Amino acid sequence: MTARPKSRRVLPGFTLALGTTLLYLGIIVLLPLCGLAFNTANNGWARFWQVVASDRAMATYRITLGAAALATLFNAFYGLLMAWVLVRYEFPGKRLLDGLMDLPFALPTAVAGIALSALYARNGWFGMGFDKVGIKVAYAMPGIAIAMAFTSVPFVVRTVQPVLEDLETELEQAAETLGARPWQIFRRVVFPAILPAYIAGLTLGFARCIGEFGAIIYIAGNLPMVTEITSLLIFIRLEEYDYPAAAALAFVVLVAAFLLMLVTNLIQAWQRRYAKIV
Amino acid sequence: MNKKSTGRCLLIGLSVVMTLVFLVVPLAVIFTSAFGKGVGHYIATLQEPDTQHAIWLTMLTAVIVVPINLLFGIAAAWAITKFSFPGKRLLIALIEVPFSVSPIIAGVVYIMLYGARGLLGPALASVGIQLMFTVTAIVLVMLFVTSPFVARELIPLMQAQGTDEEETAVSLGASGWQTFRRVTLPNIKWALLYGVLLCNARAMGEFGAVSVVSGAVRGQTNTLPLHIDLLYHDYNTAGAFAAATILTLLALITLVAKAFVEWRFPGGRKAQSAH
Repeated sequence: MTARPKSRRVLPGFTLALGTTLLYLGIIVLLPLCGLAFNTANNGWARFWQVVASDRAMATYRITLGAAALATLFNAFYGLLMAWVLVRYEFPGKRLLDGLMDLPFALPTAVAGIALSALYARNGWFGMGFDKVGIKVAYAMPGIAIAMAFTSVPFVVRTVQPVLEDLETELEQAAETLGARPWQIFRRVVFPAILPAYIAGLTLGFARCIGEFGAIIYIAGNLPMVTEITSLLIFIRLEEYDYPAAAALAFVVLVAAFLLMLVTNLIQAWQRRYAKIV
Repeated sequence: MNKKSTGRCLLIGLSVVMTLVFLVVPLAVIFTSAFGKGVGHYIATLQEPDTQHAIWLTMLTAVIVVPINLLFGIAAAWAITKFSFPGKRLLIALIEVPFSVSPIIAGVVYIMLYGARGLLGPALASVGIQLMFTVTAIVLVMLFVTSPFVARELIPLMQAQGTDEEETAVSLGASGWQTFRRVTLPNIKWALLYGVLLCNARAMGEFGAVSVVSGAVRGQTNTLPLHIDLLYHDYNTAGAFAAATILTLLALITLVAKAFVEWRFPGGRKAQSAH
């Protein structure tokens, strides 16, 4: 930006537009975030540490991260499959299938939560089947992971899809004429090219899993130390009016979210550089 | 060649089956559960005064929130894409911050600001203003959560379109407002609509953040997602699903409208990375 000679501001409205933007962001976004930082700082380090390192809090981190990892593993397969099929193949009903990929974004999380809970509970359509083979899904880890995967899979599909669309097929054709098998072409030619977008999508999805609340609480069972996620523990502390504890836990989740955002941005910068080289 | 088409059919088949099981069946469950106790019970739930109020409040809050964030989105996109100034990338990152703040945390930050023991809460209380557990609080968290939607659709598009057309209009003597209405707006209308759709769907469906700040008082601060939660915890599962069908229909309408906008405005997908 600085390299370019300073252009005269021909168009009107700069002060008004930028002023409105900064004022609004300040009031709606920055001020509340400062409120949290202020509260956390105000409550003192000892109290902070006592809350965030308590056994119950540690258990929620384990459960949240563990289920998020499971969900991300599922998305790594399903999301990539969907992106590939939707970009590379033509078949009837493709547009509908493509539109369905946005369903988890459009459907309110509480609605997804009660639907998944009804489906995977022991008397539900899927729950019955799992119950017969002795697998407990609802009110256990698999249920939490399913709810997380449901709400986060569009991140993978929608991040990989455009990169796959832009990919030149010449390299693949060259590989094919050289006798490479389809799987080899995918693994050696396509996969390296979409890898940055793929990782970025998975990271975004993982971040969403960690913050998810509405879709999970109905299916989770919410037993402390066993199926309680961090978001729910924060909610419980708020209902008990234990605001310092809620603020401390919220601070931990917020820092985790920002770190993940930073990672995603770095990956995307890498992706842009990669795109330039190729 | 034959082997190739077998693999192709296999992958398409697998993707269809997995989507049916993973996404479509949960959608079907909502409707079968809603009518599980008959059409009469379904209609009765929707006609309950508490449900009616929840529907009304959900629409009211969305009608306030969406236009404000629409204006914010336009202002932010105008400043960012039509002018050069230092700190622009930081500003873009700042606009996106609410996307990485999870719903519960969004609620918590507002409680820590305006709550009884928050940064501004006591000062406001001393002049008789209580924000938490009111409709105002619901509107505030909705503004926070949905603030990036319009801006993030407009910024990449307006950046790609540049400033030539607007500069020409201004040099021909058009006023700022005329330039915006006659030149910029026709160029961005589909992206604008797209952003509004997403913003509206999220505002109406927001649960975590709203549940933290609303207090969920029946007939007062209960939005539709909160009402679903209430009915569900009252062991009125069929009722909860009946209320859920409204939000589900809204989601389906949003998806159809989104598909329509993408068809009219190809390239929208490029502008939209996941949100």
